[in-house]
Amino acid sequence: MQMLQSSIGRKLVMALTGLCLVGFVLVHLLGNSSVFIGADGINAYAEHLHALGPVVWIFRIVLLSLFGLHIFFGIQLTLENRAARPIDYNQKKNIRTSFGAETMIYTGLAILAFAVYHLFHFTVHATNPEISVGVLPLDAVGRHDVFTMMVLSFQKFFISAVYVGAMVTLLLHLSHGVQSLFQTLGVLGSKTLPVMEKIARAAAIVIFVGFISIPVSILLGLINL
Amino acid sequence: MDLTLYVWRQNGPEEKGKLEQYAAKNVSPDSSFLEMLDEVNNDLIENGIDPIEFDNDCREGICGTCGCVVNGIPHGPQEKTTACQLHMRQFSDGDSLTLEPWRAKAFPVVKDLVVDRTALDNIIESGGYTSAYTGEVGEANQTLISKPDSDYAMDAAECIGCGACVAACPNGSAMLFTSAKIAQMAVLPQGEIEAAERVQNMTEAMLNAGFGNCTNHYECEAACPKGVSVKFIAKTNREFVKALAK
Repeated sequence: MQMLQSSIGRKLVMALTGLCLVGFVLVHLLGNSSVFIGADGINAYAEHLHALGPVVWIFRIVLLSLFGLHIFFGIQLTLENRAARPIDYNQKKNIRTSFGAETMIYTGLAILAFAVYHLFHFTVHATNPEISVGVLPLDAVGRHDVFTMMVLSFQKFFISAVYVGAMVTLLLHLSHGVQSLFQTLGVLGSKTLPVMEKIARAAAIVIFVGFISIPVSILLGLINL
Repeated sequence: MDLTLYVWRQNGPEEKGKLEQYAAKNVSPDSSFLEMLDEVNNDLIENGIDPIEFDNDCREGICGTCGCVVNGIPHGPQEKTTACQLHMRQFSDGDSLTLEPWRAKAFPVVKDLVVDRTALDNIIESGGYTSAYTGEVGEANQTLISKPDSDYAMDAAECIGCGACVAACPNGSAMLFTSAKIAQMAVLPQGEIEAAERVQNMTEAMLNAGFGNCTNHYECEAACPKGVSVKFIAKTNREFVKALAK
């Protein structure tokens, strides 16, 4: 049977793309945290990224493919799974699963919607042109002034609120996704599974706190221009 | 004790079903869940109502025939217990019990609480066998199997094929059943010959029967009357990767 038609094969694709996407999220978080060093930190980081030239585009294409596969099979599997129970229970009590596990498709789609908005905001500069286009050109040493763009953006309560809300959906998604992917990859046993469930939740919380620390610090005025 | 039952009544696979309310009076706390249903059925028959159909056979928790969803949990609220081994002392006077059949596309309702689980047999047929030596009887200790491996296979073989894992799974997946059957043979030398085809054929048969895919909710393990572990699902995933490499 073809890998991409089988039940486990498609789950493996979900797990492997998921693992790569978690890796991307971690790298993204590390990069973003250079904002705590100030304009020198994040502007230098952005300069380094852009200096990579074609590598950036290879990275973007790979990332887009990972997202595409993850979303395509996520939706396909969810539709199949719903079709497997055409008549629902009048009463159903779940014992073991979590809210995060039950809402994977919704948190996944919410993250997709946010990712699109996020690109329009910080990469394409379409959603808040008054911030991005006006300031972005250059900082004092001739670099793209990402720092000013971030601070001015997150000083707007609405932008920060959307960002924090999106990170809540990421928290839920990863709280199930991280342990689930290791189970699918077959690396867990009955002793390691409960440990991995705890590690996964802790990792999801660390990522959540890491990401929201930036808008929260800017809103509280801990980071300003 | 007196109980109120809400029981799924459905005349046939194509008929529309609905929950009907019945009273279970003077239920002994020492009776089993199925004995309680027997008593209710006696009353129904006396009143000229069709008795509630439910599957049962050994009534000692080993055959896997019985089972319905009691208040949202397959086989009822007691852990690692089949419906026949569930005793009415688990409930209190005045309780309401909602009884529904296993709900899955692959398990069409035959009547009331009885579902057709042929789909599980089809999964077994697709790969639940081994090649065997024929001819003269071999030496008793010809094929050595380590204690951990034989224990592992026995743990997987505890599955009685009742279908509670499917009923509990939010995706209506039969992954725990299928995995237990794959894993019990995957660790034994007798199972090696067909190992690669087995994992592919059995998981394909599962999907073709209309079961969903596993998304690691682990509801199956929680509902399993034999406590079959989801570690066998991880094992099956490894077997699948091994089969791909071949």
